[in-house]
Amino acid sequence: MASTILEMRDITKTFPGVKALSNVNLSVEEGEIHAVVGENGAGKSTLMKVLSGVYPAGTYDGEIVYRGDECHFKGIHDSERRGIVIIHQELALVPMLSIAENIFLGNEHASYGIIDWNANETRTSALLKKVGLREDPKTLITNIGVGKQQLVEIAKALSKEVQLLILDEPTASLSEKDSQALLDLLLEFKRQGITSILISHKLNEINRVADKVTIIRDGRTIETLAKKDISEDRIITSMVGRSLDDRYPSREPDIGEVVLQVRNWSVYHPIHAERQVIKGIDIDVRKGEVVGIAGLMGAGRTEFAMSLFGRSYGRHITGEVLLKGKPIDVSSVSKAVEHGIAYVTEDRKTYGLNLIDHIKHNITLANLPGVSRHNVIDDMRELAVANDYKAKTNIRSSSVYQMTGNLSGGNQQKVVLSKWLFANPEVLILDEPTRGIDVGAKYEIYTIIARLASEGKAIIVISSEMPELLGITDRIYVMNEGRIVGEMAASDASQEKIMRAIVRGEGKAS
Amino acid sequence: MSTESAPVPKSGVAEDVQQGPRVAVSALVTNLREYGLILALIAIMVFFQYTTSGTLFKPVNLSNLVQQNSFIIVMALGMLLVIVSGHIDLSVGSVAGFIGALAAMMMVIWPLGPFSNPLVVSIICLIVGGAIGAAQGYWIAYHRIPSFIVTLAGMLIFRGICQALLGGGSSVGPLPVGFKALSSGFIPDVIGSLTLIPPVVNAAGKTIVGSGLTLHMTTIVLGIVAVVAYAYFGLRARRSRERHGYQAEPFTLFVVKTLVTSALALFLVYQFATYRGLPIVLVVMGVLIALFVFVTKRMTVGRRVYAMGGNAKAAQLSGIKTERLTLMVFINMGVLSALGGLIIAARLGQAVPAAGLGSELDVIAAVFIGGASAMGGVGQVIGAVVGGFIMGVMNNGMSIMGVNVDWQQVVKGLVLLGAVIFDVYNKNKA
Repeated sequence: MASTILEMRDITKTFPGVKALSNVNLSVEEGEIHAVVGENGAGKSTLMKVLSGVYPAGTYDGEIVYRGDECHFKGIHDSERRGIVIIHQELALVPMLSIAENIFLGNEHASYGIIDWNANETRTSALLKKVGLREDPKTLITNIGVGKQQLVEIAKALSKEVQLLILDEPTASLSEKDSQALLDLLLEFKRQGITSILISHKLNEINRVADKVTIIRDGRTIETLAKKDISEDRIITSMVGRSLDDRYPSREPDIGEVVLQVRNWSVYHPIHAERQVIKGIDIDVRKGEVVGIAGLMGAGRTEFAMSLFGRSYGRHITGEVLLKGKPIDVSSVSKAVEHGIAYVTEDRKTYGLNLIDHIKHNITLANLPGVSRHNVIDDMRELAVANDYKAKTNIRSSSVYQMTGNLSGGNQQKVVLSKWLFANPEVLILDEPTRGIDVGAKYEIYTIIARLASEGKAIIVISSEMPELLGITDRIYVMNEGRIVGEMAASDASQEKIMRAIVRGEGKAS
Repeated sequence: MSTESAPVPKSGVAEDVQQGPRVAVSALVTNLREYGLILALIAIMVFFQYTTSGTLFKPVNLSNLVQQNSFIIVMALGMLLVIVSGHIDLSVGSVAGFIGALAAMMMVIWPLGPFSNPLVVSIICLIVGGAIGAAQGYWIAYHRIPSFIVTLAGMLIFRGICQALLGGGSSVGPLPVGFKALSSGFIPDVIGSLTLIPPVVNAAGKTIVGSGLTLHMTTIVLGIVAVVAYAYFGLRARRSRERHGYQAEPFTLFVVKTLVTSALALFLVYQFATYRGLPIVLVVMGVLIALFVFVTKRMTVGRRVYAMGGNAKAAQLSGIKTERLTLMVFINMGVLSALGGLIIAARLGQAVPAAGLGSELDVIAAVFIGGASAMGGVGQVIGAVVGGFIMGVMNNGMSIMGVNVDWQQVVKGLVLLGAVIFDVYNKNKA
């Protein structure tokens, strides 16, 4: 058996009023890939911040033993000096600097403050080769995709002679292909003797690469599973503390006439004008129906939805939108909203919420006329509406006067959803409605979707999680490279069928 | 042991019981910033009242104070919306100077016949101000040119035009008396004056009893009407909250707040009444302040400006026409800059090339002292007004004290920095 490289014992970390971690134990062996899983807010990130010294020694209880020494890291520099490097979920790269400049930022090859660019670039090339990234070291970060940026982060970690690499949800924003490449890289590092801790939500990734899994729930270690014991069911049960036979609420679909029809919808890229992003899409959605749009990252699903919603994406948009058989004008967001179309964004912080304002103002923003007369807002009516939706969607907050920036992801999502429910749409487009929120909140969102469908709304759900689409929709369109490449009833769809449609579609497109 | 830390679902009853004091405290905390600012203003006033041996609150000086600073506050109302929407306007001082010059040329130099009437000129000048705002706002809103750059250009352009209009370094005047009334006039006493305790004079001509104070009764009546209206609307808003079953702020807090504000207002009104009554410019300013409080607090357009400043992309995806709204914010700023320019010209009685020079910085400082965020989305009209008064009282007080103008700037700079640091510190603590 290999030796233990890291041992965290009885780690307890308290924030004012909250015990984020209580007596957490984590033991990592030399050269393994150790996955840490848990719901959002379970304490994974806090644990890693304790380990890397972001929370300095003395602000937590318990002990960290690394390579046999008890460590008291005072800051991130201390842990990096010992070869512990953490790569955060939000990448910390400077967009307008080159790859080489980023990799050696704060750590440049220099004498007397004068940078030796040749040495930096030579070393960068060597590092990039190691992570399998074929890019010129002088390329600006802003010009490469998220997947490659992730690789630059890893190269940066390697430049610090990393021995224990911590990755916080590294594949959250990567496409399937980039994710695979990243996981392969982790396996390669393992062969070279680098130990990794992988924080992830994606159970299939863990199945593929992890040697051990530690599950954390409510700030406590639940269990550590060895490779042979790893199974999706076991992990989920431990994560949520209950078995999730019903991960999706059951529902009796009551499907009526066609509400929304999109005909021959085409969109070009807003900057690269010659690139056609959406290539003649036709879809229908019926009253009371939940329609899913499946596809890989980059298939054009968000672009399709946003271009439909008041031309918020792209240019040279052509095609026709019919509501109950009549053509409608959706050339601006306000017109789309007037016609009863609502789009709940996949990126709630950037596109969905005013984070420095409270819940009440966020909920009524898309339908201010609904709480005002002669453009004067009726404060009492607004408050009543906000409280009503807070109850309906089960937003957990002290009051509707809480800032949305201080809410958890799940509750923020419910605020965005409430905003659009109050606009009273007939067609609701939900883009990745459960991204980055925990299992419990996901179930609540599914329940809301089911209820809306039963109230007769036409609902489109865009999701990258195929089980979710299979669980909550009635019918699924499969999209790939800007086209609809398949359509199937959810009852006879399966992950394999969807993937096959995508692969066949790819064949057709080329 | 392990169950202690687990979050216990609170029952509805427990929450209701806790609600009372918690709401009171949170109401106090959320308004602390606003109260703190007003308390700071009062403290500064008391300080200068003491150091100037009572000159500050002398009726003559109060009138001066208002006449000297009203243009800052008028422009701060527009600047607040500009800053809340996430922009800045550096051109307001130059636009004010240009408009003053334009008004003077129209009234004094150019042979315009009936169009040189002060009222007509003022209206045309406000329209020109709006057009200037639209011209700058167009580039900012529809072409996404940073407002800092567009208005920096505007600052140079309009200062230049102002000087060119006046023909180099000369000033143009004197302006008609009717026009000067905008700044130096007082409201007419339609009710008539009241002599308080008629003085009893002895044979030697010395007053034995009575002060001989004459009160401007229209001012007194207006003051009382305003205070009663303020208390009535405050009470009505409270009632409405309670009728709908919501917690209002604690009654004592409400009473204290209303009493202190009313007493302060009545004291100032009384001081004005013993002099020549309310300055016209103060009435104009008061009406504008009330209007902007209403627009920002109660109207949909105000709400949309805050939403746009908080997150422009989210606002746009919520159906708000952010481009048009930005344009409107700058048109509004242009009109108020023009009004500021008219007030400056009316006070000086002539148009000078340096009118309003550097005042954009006072206006911006007033808004930031008033608690607005440089990132947009945050700021209150009352805050900007109080911020403007803080600047004004400091200017006035230090001038009376005979503090050198150089050092006045140092003090104002320190106050601006201190106010913003206090604000940031407060936010981080919360």
